[in-house]
Amino acid sequence: MNRRLLFLLPVLVFAGLAGAFWVGRPRDPRRVPSALIDKPVPSFALAPLIDGKPGLATADLATGKPALVNFFASWCGPCRVEHPILMRLQRDGVALQGIAWKDAPDDARKFLRDLGDPFQRVGIDRDNRAGIDWGVYGVPETYVVDGKGVIRFRHAGPLTPEIVRDVVMPLLAGGKP
Amino acid sequence: MRPALAILALLLALAAPAAAFDPREALPDPALETRARGLSAQLRCLVCQNQSIDDSAADLAKDMRRVVRERLTAGDSDGQVIAYLQQRYGDFVLLKPPMKPETWLLWFGPLLVLLAAAGGLWIAWRRRRAVPAAGPVPLSAEERRRLAELTADR
Repeated sequence: MNRRLLFLLPVLVFAGLAGAFWVGRPRDPRRVPSALIDKPVPSFALAPLIDGKPGLATADLATGKPALVNFFASWCGPCRVEHPILMRLQRDGVALQGIAWKDAPDDARKFLRDLGDPFQRVGIDRDNRAGIDWGVYGVPETYVVDGKGVIRFRHAGPLTPEIVRDVVMPLLAGGKP
Repeated sequence: MRPALAILALLLALAAPAAAFDPREALPDPALETRARGLSAQLRCLVCQNQSIDDSAADLAKDMRRVVRERLTAGDSDGQVIAYLQQRYGDFVLLKPPMKPETWLLWFGPLLVLLAAAGGLWIAWRRRRAVPAAGPVPLSAEERRRLAELTADR
């Protein structure tokens, strides 16, 4: 190699590093991957939020049928935004389980009364005990749990039609996104 | 004027930064409480991301401080408390990244750069020293003849 071209070496090193960081950059630094992907649902048991509708516990999520677990709260704006998507999923026959997170039970009940209740079971996690076991850091958060009770996917923030179509539905169908 | 300034200075001295940590959260056992504060300073608040749960006023940080204190009260070691939250929130919950193959470059990268720079300097220094040791090369007979020709008076 021509020794005179050696001065280009630092430039090349820089370009290489910049390229590596560019490729490896997280697409959204606020999007923290869940530590529970491909792990069984944590052990938890939550009291029912609504009279006549059961609460939610670990055993309810290993029924042989995949399900969505949605953490929501009445005080959470994005939860209202995503709610119509949950209602549509319920109409499409998806098993939805709800957890009212850090919410006053009356407020959470009113939220579901006003906007519709898409859930088969709703647990109340007022003091975030189950939430911490799930690694929740905000609402809304939605988990795809397969029939064996293993967490396959977590979405933090409101569900969008694109995520439902591209990731959630394929996972529920038992495939890979 | 003077007393007013002094009073103002005193008042400002009292205005410590608003602490996120609520003294009511403290454990009655001072030794356990010291450990809880130390651990909280190492754990990241997932909501604010660049604050420890000890510094953060976020609601989630408060819940995590409660978990730290509950685990300590239940008899967990410091390592067990950290592992408990790490299992749930991943490595991201640790403000100091753990040492493992994926993070070796992060931990040792600066040392590698330092070594490379030192190596480069050493090579450059040796090369510079090598030149005077050889000394100037005497002119060949041909060069001497040409020099005489060029500098000859005409």
